[in-house]
Amino acid sequence: MSSESHGPSDLAHHFDSYEQQKESATLGMWTFLVTEILFFGGLFAAYSLYRSLYPEAFRAASHSLDIRLGAFNTAVLIGSSLTMALAVRGGQTGKPKTTFAMLLGTLLLGSTFLAVKAVEYADKFTHHHVPGPSFHFEGPDAPHAQLFFSLYFGMTGLHALHMVIGAAILAFMLRPALRGAWTPRNHNFLEGFGLYWHFVDLVWIFLFPLLYLIGRHH
Amino acid sequence: MTSSPNPVPAEFPRTHYLNAAYGLKSWLWTRDHKRIALLYLVSVSVFFALGGLMAVLIRMELATPEGDFFQPDVYNRLFTMHGVLMIFFFLIPGIPAVLGNFLIPLMIGAKDLAFPRINLLSWYLYTIGGAFTLWALLHGGVDTGWTFYTPLSTNYVNTAVLTVGVGIFIAGFSSILTGLNFIVTIHRMRAPGLTWFRLPLFVWGHYATSIIQILGTPVVAIAILMVAAERVLHIGFFDPKLGGDPVLFQHLFWFYSHPAVYIMILPAMGVISELVAAFSRKPIFGYKFVAFASIGIAVLGFLVWGHHMFVAGQSIYAGVVFSVLSMLVAVPSAVKVFNWTATLYKGSISWDTPMLYALGFIGLFTIGGLTGVMLATLGIDAHVHDTYFIIAHFHYIMVGGAIMGYLGGLHYWWPKITGRMYPVFWSKLSALVIFIGFNVTFFPQFILGYLGMPRRYHSYPPEFQVLNVMSSAGATILGIGYLMPLVYFVWSMRYGPRATANPWGATGLEWQTTSPPPVENFAYPPVVTAPPYTYEAQPAAGKGAARVV
Repeated sequence: MSSESHGPSDLAHHFDSYEQQKESATLGMWTFLVTEILFFGGLFAAYSLYRSLYPEAFRAASHSLDIRLGAFNTAVLIGSSLTMALAVRGGQTGKPKTTFAMLLGTLLLGSTFLAVKAVEYADKFTHHHVPGPSFHFEGPDAPHAQLFFSLYFGMTGLHALHMVIGAAILAFMLRPALRGAWTPRNHNFLEGFGLYWHFVDLVWIFLFPLLYLIGRHH
Repeated sequence: MTSSPNPVPAEFPRTHYLNAAYGLKSWLWTRDHKRIALLYLVSVSVFFALGGLMAVLIRMELATPEGDFFQPDVYNRLFTMHGVLMIFFFLIPGIPAVLGNFLIPLMIGAKDLAFPRINLLSWYLYTIGGAFTLWALLHGGVDTGWTFYTPLSTNYVNTAVLTVGVGIFIAGFSSILTGLNFIVTIHRMRAPGLTWFRLPLFVWGHYATSIIQILGTPVVAIAILMVAAERVLHIGFFDPKLGGDPVLFQHLFWFYSHPAVYIMILPAMGVISELVAAFSRKPIFGYKFVAFASIGIAVLGFLVWGHHMFVAGQSIYAGVVFSVLSMLVAVPSAVKVFNWTATLYKGSISWDTPMLYALGFIGLFTIGGLTGVMLATLGIDAHVHDTYFIIAHFHYIMVGGAIMGYLGGLHYWWPKITGRMYPVFWSKLSALVIFIGFNVTFFPQFILGYLGMPRRYHSYPPEFQVLNVMSSAGATILGIGYLMPLVYFVWSMRYGPRATANPWGATGLEWQTTSPPPVENFAYPPVVTAPPYTYEAQPAAGKGAARVV
């Protein structure tokens, strides 16, 4: 939710004050995140339905995921939320170098997450755990185990897509950050993007236990 | 706002938003909500015309019992594309993106929507989505029905499901961004003194609509993505062969697509509240009840989707709950109808064109709403499910309700939008022709459906022919009725008499600026000191003059 900027002024023509502009940007971003929650919500609903219908198949399929890689990625993402928050702090306090460094850190951590995710996906391909004609699964109720993998790819795939979009925007934010584009008076874009990044992080905080952890103790 | 502190604008402005800049780029690159509204007006009209053309072809086929004009699969494509174009590309963007876009900043005394660039982006997304859909239309179209039920849509049809899916997905983002923009604008951009309970009911209606747009649309978007994943990548979600459940798709689809009906009708209700008050010259009866009825419909609307699935294998207990909740929606809807009626009571009613449309809306919406209560009962629904009774019911809401409201609103605010008046005689005649044509088209379909004629077939038993011919004849009248405003609106833009700033003598901030408004909407930032609809029960002084010009 970027703010309009015309010429030297960073207050858009249709706003009366910086406060109004900031409140609008913040409310707009939160409203967008509500939309995002409902967007993921369809997949979470499907997951809840099928997990309650086929608990055995889901438990067996869940065991094939690598919990260490999942836990590592969780730590990486939480770390990236910290650097993101510090980047926003840099904008609020007018420290362009901090903002730049922290955004770069966020970008690196986000890329690490995606790289680990790629390793995990490759593993699914080699073990024929990808839904489709060549799907193969040793275990009880293989058709519904396939459903688990459909949801695994659907949910983590949509999450990864959000990560890729976030990383792309981050890459474009580095130069403006160094130039000091975000000032204590107007850092609406930086703060809005921060909210988005935390949201994507939070989705993973739900995905990790749902896909990797539930039923682990059996 | 009789005792307004705001200065009265000049009658005929020399420069305004229409002539402030010229050239194609000044339109396609504009951030002005008024110009974007006009961009939407053009695109929406194109899709309405195309959807209407499909309706004409459908009614042509149904004039005779045999399937003689089209092959069954062509007929399937026709009703599918009719539904897709009308719902996703005309009814849902219709009032919000055209009238809402133009009027909300004016009504709340703002210079623009909160996010002008996102507003323009949503028009482009809408247009790109529409282009995908038209491209699919040229490449064979889709024959699943606008509902895209699985596994038909994922497994068994070879038509352009994906292309249309992509089109609807993209247009969905346009709808979400419009809703987001309205919510932020209404929260953050109101003029000094414009408290929530001083907002025009048109704004309340759009606020409720926006809530549905941002909460419902992403769910149908993910459902479309899941259909695409299943169709292309064989990543199963709904196909029983892949372990899934097709009814889950229906749940996800209707979780959006039932509330979508309220996306279509709530803005129209907002229009009607403005018209009834302005042409009865009375404050709206029970303002807060009408305002909260909009929110009530938006909230309850999310809890009734299961009534589309009474015969789809849904649990009978879920069916009972959905049945009761569906009937509850009738309460806020009835509150609105009763309050409009109470506003008319002892009002000083004038029969201007917008009012004719508003009165038509109230009658037709009541019929559509009451048959909706019938359909919410499990027993009746099991009997008439997937018959023409359903078709008649939802056309009374969408065509008799939403389109009457849209046209009523266009006739009411046309002088503000273009600065021109349209011919009184022809516009009143159009309201009458549309009202008659609509009823002749759709009332027989209630009887047809009750007698058991199923929807989505290109042939039918001969005993249904008389009523079908009536319906097709009515569609011809309705079509002529819709062509009339197209002709005189276009005519009026060049030749219509100049409109004054406030030709109807109405309250509301949008009438306190010039017609057409300046680029920045108001010469001075407006201040609001009174509640809306401060009408005295007598004709306004300036009103007769407006009729003469």
